[in-house]
Amino acid sequence: MYNETVMKHFKNPTNAGDMECVDGCGKVGNPSCGDVMMVQIKVDDGKITDAKFKTFGCCAAIAASDAVCEIVKGKTLEEAAALTKDDIVKFLGDLPCVKIHCSILGIEGLQKAIEDHKARTASTV
Amino acid sequence: MTIYLDNGATTAVDKEVVEAMLPFFKDKYGNASSMHHAGQDARKAVDDARQKIADALGAEAKEIIFTSGGTESDNLAIKGAARANKEKGNHIITTKIEHPAVLSTCKKLEKEGFSVTYLDVDPDGLVSPESLEKAITDKTILVSIIHGNNEIGTVQDIAGLGKICREKGVLFHTDAVQSFTKVPLDVSLLPVDMMSISAHKIHGPKGTGALYVRAGTRLKPLMQGGSHEFKMRPGTENVPGIVGFARAAEIALAVDVSKITEVRNHAFKQIIKEIDNIKVNGPRDEMRLCNNINISFANVEGEALGSYLDIDGICVSTGSACSSQTLEPSHVLLAIGLSKEIANGTLRMTLSKHTTKEEIDKAVESLKKHTEKLRAISPLNTVLENVQ
Repeated sequence: MYNETVMKHFKNPTNAGDMECVDGCGKVGNPSCGDVMMVQIKVDDGKITDAKFKTFGCCAAIAASDAVCEIVKGKTLEEAAALTKDDIVKFLGDLPCVKIHCSILGIEGLQKAIEDHKARTASTV
Repeated sequence: MTIYLDNGATTAVDKEVVEAMLPFFKDKYGNASSMHHAGQDARKAVDDARQKIADALGAEAKEIIFTSGGTESDNLAIKGAARANKEKGNHIITTKIEHPAVLSTCKKLEKEGFSVTYLDVDPDGLVSPESLEKAITDKTILVSIIHGNNEIGTVQDIAGLGKICREKGVLFHTDAVQSFTKVPLDVSLLPVDMMSISAHKIHGPKGTGALYVRAGTRLKPLMQGGSHEFKMRPGTENVPGIVGFARAAEIALAVDVSKITEVRNHAFKQIIKEIDNIKVNGPRDEMRLCNNINISFANVEGEALGSYLDIDGICVSTGSACSSQTLEPSHVLLAIGLSKEIANGTLRMTLSKHTTKEEIDKAVESLKKHTEKLRAISPLNTVLENVQ
């Protein structure tokens, strides 16, 4: 059902877990729909230096979460905000049609984390 | 190494079954409708097989219609009986926990003008006789209730439910695909008018099933063609499949199901001992299929857990249909009152006569490891009441 890249990120997600000193956090999805994704980012000087995720979901959801975290590392907030689901699908090679929503969820999680970061920095200014 | 715990999906074909089938591909390949000796050899094989299946159910040979499997049997029973009896009424009763072969067939009949009542079940998946009795009206022509549930293993009291239908003069069909040869079934004693069974769930070949139809029951065939199968199911008989089905039934009836129950109970015990925050779905006693395990694991998604088990060589299925084309959680789990979240974190394991306690121990070890791994990366922290 899934290609090797998806299975690699599902089997050994390197970005799973919690992060210390989170600069932005986005939680999206709904357990009743089968996916909940939480993306945490660390931001330094406008750049995302680290990203971690926690996900309740299927293979594709876990792989997409890991992919999002991998892709955003080193990107500026603007570059990260411009990412789309296609970037995740491309990174993973491909996803079955019924699992494309997992890549959308990954992007939404990331966007929410970026918004959260902006809100945090705005309130501290 | 494969540990196959998905025997509710399909089973390994017995060696003796394959051997019984082989001559009918190679040497005795005649068409059972042909007059010559090659055809008559095939005819005799089909007749013998029909008698064996009839014996397995306590039926008469003329009451057995061979089909392509459980789905066709369910379609023939429900559409066939509904369409043949529509002058008597347009109301059908079924349950919320039927196999899609029954549910989708009833939905189709609703579009044809029939009205369908879908009965609720209790938290164990049992249909109450009172709710059935209450639902029957003077327009009711057919009741269809699954015998052994394919997901949570609930075995309905079809004697009691059938009796209500009999007293009210309503036809009673049961899908016994999962229970055939696991639970004693004798239609000479049971008030059942139609019963669906299938070969590939009992170590027989795929593509063969049967519908028991009590003598005198009016049905309309689904297809038009020759006069095969008492004019109820046209098409050249699948002789090797039918022969294999009969041999599989003979072998399966001789299996001591208490041994499967023992391994199943060992599995329940080990899973409950090793893994916390889980919920066993379905009944825990004699009202459960001997080979069925269905468990929800809090904060874990079923497909992910099933996929990790698969990497370890262990085949299970998700209680939800999430791994297949639909993303909706299982209608059976929702019907017994599970939330969508918990239904999404459910696995079904179905054993066979070949399953050993050693295999179960390995599967439980893998299950424990991967449940812990997935919980460690889960953002949820739901606590389940461990219902046992």
